[in-house]
Amino acid sequence: MDLYRRRRATNYAALTIAMAATAFGLFWLVEILWTLLHNGIGAINLALFTEMTPPPGSAGGLLNAIFGSLVLTIGGTLIGTPIGMMAGTYLAEYGKNNGLAQTVRFINDILLSAPSIVIGLFVYIIVVAQMGHFSAWAGVIALAIIGLPVVVRTTEDMLNLVPNGLREAAAALGAPMWKVITLIAYRAARSGILTGILLAVARMSGETAPLLFTALNNQFWSVNMNAPMASLPATIYQFALSPYEDWQRLAWGGALLITVTILMLNIVARALATIGSAKR
Amino acid sequence: MTQIAMKDTAVLGTFAVHGRRQRLQDQLFRAATLFFALLVLALLGGVILALIVGAWPALGTFGFGFLYTQVWNPVTEKFGGLAPIYGTIVTSALAMLFGVPVSFGIAMFITELCPPWLKRPLGIAIELLAGIPSIIYGIWGLFVLAPFLQRTVQPFLIGTLGKLPLLGKLFAGPPYGIGVFTAAIILGIMVLPFITSITRDVFETVPPMLKESAYGLGATTWEVVWKVVLPYARVGVIGGVMLGLGRALGETMAVTFVIGNAYRITSSILAPGTTISAAIANEFTEAVGDLYTSSLIALGLVLFVITFIILALAKLMLMRMQRQAGR
Repeated sequence: MDLYRRRRATNYAALTIAMAATAFGLFWLVEILWTLLHNGIGAINLALFTEMTPPPGSAGGLLNAIFGSLVLTIGGTLIGTPIGMMAGTYLAEYGKNNGLAQTVRFINDILLSAPSIVIGLFVYIIVVAQMGHFSAWAGVIALAIIGLPVVVRTTEDMLNLVPNGLREAAAALGAPMWKVITLIAYRAARSGILTGILLAVARMSGETAPLLFTALNNQFWSVNMNAPMASLPATIYQFALSPYEDWQRLAWGGALLITVTILMLNIVARALATIGSAKR
Repeated sequence: MTQIAMKDTAVLGTFAVHGRRQRLQDQLFRAATLFFALLVLALLGGVILALIVGAWPALGTFGFGFLYTQVWNPVTEKFGGLAPIYGTIVTSALAMLFGVPVSFGIAMFITELCPPWLKRPLGIAIELLAGIPSIIYGIWGLFVLAPFLQRTVQPFLIGTLGKLPLLGKLFAGPPYGIGVFTAAIILGIMVLPFITSITRDVFETVPPMLKESAYGLGATTWEVVWKVVLPYARVGVIGGVMLGLGRALGETMAVTFVIGNAYRITSSILAPGTTISAAIANEFTEAVGDLYTSSLIALGLVLFVITFIILALAKLMLMRMQRQAGR
């Protein structure tokens, strides 16, 4: 009887701790989002989207940083997505389980979790140091490398979900393999691949470390891809660590903006994936 | 008759041309996908090569001593990476100490206790936590967590554990707020979603038959998790933990905000320190002189090698788990 009671007590204790751990984990999510909302909402106004980053002590917005983030992220997506899709296509359609495909898969998974600051160093060495100056192009390349493994991974996973019957039906009609892949498999996996791209975009738009010494930062409006360009994360970094209160307020506003954007991207991506899998 | 035959060969001829073109296109497409797949490999090779070339001046000057000397002096151009390497390892280890049990608890809750309708929202919440960019953790850590710890937890630790004879060394000194301890807490929170989602996934690969047999013998939920689920999923769980560790080691922005950037090794975990990634983020653009820049790149190389090994091991373990589940 004593043993029985002890086992039951242990069980209750363990279950309580598990529940407490879950509450604890959720607490941080709520706490961080609440802090962001609380501190950031006051900074969200029209000026945030229409005015440039100000010198300390005067009013302004984050227009150049928002614009820079858009340019860098879109550029990174445009470069990273086709490369990632092609590589993912090789893994799913051609390589399958051969040695090369397995190696690429392995390396890709490591790149997926590799420290982003090292990617920044890499791009600094091969682009910035060669060109002799920081540039938006370097930032775009760094972000493309950050997003690439996400696209490779999801493209492969999604193509693997396409039933082989579809491919066989197309092949039986005489379609060559590249047409089977581009016209049939891609189309069937469309929403899944789009999910992957959106997740890659979400990841790129929040990255700071690889931009610090590639795109650097810029206090002014710039559309020159060969010059340093502002970005939201880099501006938040600079402003949050500054002693000026108005800069800190802008940093919170930017932080709220970027988090909401990323969470929305995540939610849309997940909804897309659900719709895609429900259709099948 | 001959005319018809000629027409036939003409048709066959266009088919042949058409077929040749299709085959060429097919080969081109295949070659293109192969090229980009190889590009992924080349990328990793390029990263390693570029880092080695960039780090060469520093490694040539300081040799292996770079790994175990503590001096970091830009004025005299003497650089040793021990302080940031030590800081990286200590913050990540502490983060694991804090993050692993919590992740384990959450995974246990999701797989064994949670009512089915709550599973999906919980899973999404955990993934949202993973989606929050690290700079947000940083700014939150600096303005909310660090002052909070400075006011409450740290004085408490100093007042209680700090008074103990040997252990007290770990909790000595004033409550700075920022420092190794705060960085470790933030890292712990950041790795929660990674470890949790993998642990949950491997827990779910455990065959229901095994669990039901244990329940049938009268085992409690805890006993099933501890003695059936965990041993079965052990390799996968370790893989997940190592993946989280890989993330923690390389994390930059969140740590940079709260670590304090002090090049020194102190016994107290409440004191400011630095990590490899924080050192690079803070100093790289301001580094003057080739040797300074090169030393920072050498730190980056060390970080990349460490995380590469950890992540590769994690991946191998998870692959082993997948094979086991596939059987």
